[in-house]
Amino acid sequence: MTTDTAVGRFGRYGGRYVPETLVPALLELEEAYAKAQQDASFGEEVTRVLREYVGRPTTLTPAHRLTEAWGGAQVWLKREDLAHTGAHKINNTVGQVLLARRMGKKRIIAETGAGQHGVATATACALFGLPCEVFMGALDVERQALNVFRMRALGAVVRPVESGSRTLKDAMNEAMRVWVSQVQDTYYVIGSAAGPHPYPTIVRDFQSVIGREIRAQTLATMGRLPDAIIACVGGGSNAIGALHPFIPDTAVRLVGVEAAGHGLDSGQHGASLTLGTEGVLHGSRSLVLQDEHGQIQEAHSISAGLDYPGVGPELAHLAKTGRMEVRTATDDDALTAFYEVARTEGILPALETSHAFAAARSLARDMGKGKHLVINCSGRGDKDVATISARGVPPATGVKS
Amino acid sequence: MSTELGKAFAKAKARGEGALVAYAMAGDPDLPKSVDVFAAMVEGGADVLEIGVAFSDPIADGPVIQAASERALKAGATLRRVLDEVVPEVRRRCPETPLVIMTYVNVVMAMGEERYAKLARERGISGTILPDLPPEESAGIRAAFDKEGVDLVPLCAPTTPPARAEAIAKDARGFVYCVSVAGVTGMRAELPPDLSQRLDLVKRAASVPVVAGFGISNADTARPLVAHADGVVVGSALVKAAHSDGPAAAKQLCADIKRGLKR
Repeated sequence: MTTDTAVGRFGRYGGRYVPETLVPALLELEEAYAKAQQDASFGEEVTRVLREYVGRPTTLTPAHRLTEAWGGAQVWLKREDLAHTGAHKINNTVGQVLLARRMGKKRIIAETGAGQHGVATATACALFGLPCEVFMGALDVERQALNVFRMRALGAVVRPVESGSRTLKDAMNEAMRVWVSQVQDTYYVIGSAAGPHPYPTIVRDFQSVIGREIRAQTLATMGRLPDAIIACVGGGSNAIGALHPFIPDTAVRLVGVEAAGHGLDSGQHGASLTLGTEGVLHGSRSLVLQDEHGQIQEAHSISAGLDYPGVGPELAHLAKTGRMEVRTATDDDALTAFYEVARTEGILPALETSHAFAAARSLARDMGKGKHLVINCSGRGDKDVATISARGVPPATGVKS
Repeated sequence: MSTELGKAFAKAKARGEGALVAYAMAGDPDLPKSVDVFAAMVEGGADVLEIGVAFSDPIADGPVIQAASERALKAGATLRRVLDEVVPEVRRRCPETPLVIMTYVNVVMAMGEERYAKLARERGISGTILPDLPPEESAGIRAAFDKEGVDLVPLCAPTTPPARAEAIAKDARGFVYCVSVAGVTGMRAELPPDLSQRLDLVKRAASVPVVAGFGISNADTARPLVAHADGVVVGSALVKAAHSDGPAAAKQLCADIKRGLKR
């Protein structure tokens, strides 16, 4: 029973900081997951559902016009926005719900920020016939109306959470509280590579399909690995999924982009890798936004999925050890990037993803011609149209009015 | 290990009573007024005081204590201020009553576990309960606390398998906190029927007192437990009483629960 070397650690980060009531459930999950991994039929089933239902592999699209506009590295888009339900989140929920079914659990709970994980969980539950409840901050319920409808249409119960900042972190608190009281028959599907061990490992493993596909696709199209991969980071599941398979390939630059919100100096951002300090939130030790007294601060981002004051422990470790470079993009940067991608590539990226695009421009230029940059296009922007259009749409391009 | 805690339980036992560990939130409604609540609970018969230090994200707490945390944070309650302004004053008014801090691990880590342990000892804190710190993660913090003689009180849950419960009990400091229900803090109409068996098991293994907590709100819910535990923890019911009707209501409720704890 030691601290830094215990199971589920990524360097100093990770661990299992939860009420004792949950510890046996986490031990049970750890064991069930280990058994599932050794059982070839489980992996085959996950792969089959991802292929037949989710639409994997998602394509690796060359972004010709962005490449030309930015005048640097050749830009490629890993199209997680083309996965069923419109984001990478489904990779993980299919895996975890299959695991829950294997464990004989009778119901599923989840928390969601932007709603993409909630939709993905509700979808997997509908597909496999399990009842589903999704906890969502009341503020996020207001700003993500489309996804709230989608979850309800899929048969899930959406429970708005009124405590705290009424966003993702409060939804996660509430999901944990409910899980504590119904732990015997309930499976909690965590959507980020965060939370207590073994979740950061499980979520990373299921999301690593993204990075494995990038590897195979770049080898096939470029004849080599890319020079850099960039992804947005909230809790970090799309980032760890895209980046993890490349950790040993030190020639491949791994770049994470956090939400700088109204600016890093404004106190209103979601940049826990850049400005966070070591602490414990939602069951793991990682980098968190907190005051000197250990009270968790409210994060801010225009994108509900990046509006989280913590980050997955493995990403904290990669950032602290320097294996991953960390950049930031403000709300305004993300909006500008949203329209740039929409109008040069015909793709409406999610606001989360728009942060990755915002930082990718300067990265592509720094890298220069002859290099290959892959942007993980984590999700599509349909859910964000109300937020974005409320700020006014720039006039049409190249058309006389 | 703190001798104060052991003495308090022994005194209650000698009087033929189970001990009452009474919880209130430091800083609810403000720092000075919360001292009045703690003092009133001792007047009502509380044997040990559990001083809650608010955390912004209290995953083990139900609605009553969540709301109290929000009020305390608004009133400026921090671990440092509780140790500097609440604890010495409670100590002065209730010199015979051992004090235990209950908060979350991040609050202690932010101060630094060694610095906390030292300050806690200097201010007269006997023990600390961190509900989100299971044994697997507690070695470092416990060593720091042991060095200063501040007991890290472990928790046992209804989901804890017997062998694990025995290991937790054998290795415990201060007392063992047996969580009565799988769930968050808060009042319950009924406690699970197998609670007494679980308490018996932990009590057989433990070398320190054993208390039951979560869901106990009055004499009726406390009464059946005295045969199986050395005491009970009451939190939400006291926080609610103090919030609605002030310190006198908390005192009254303590006195009522103490009647239920007579053997």
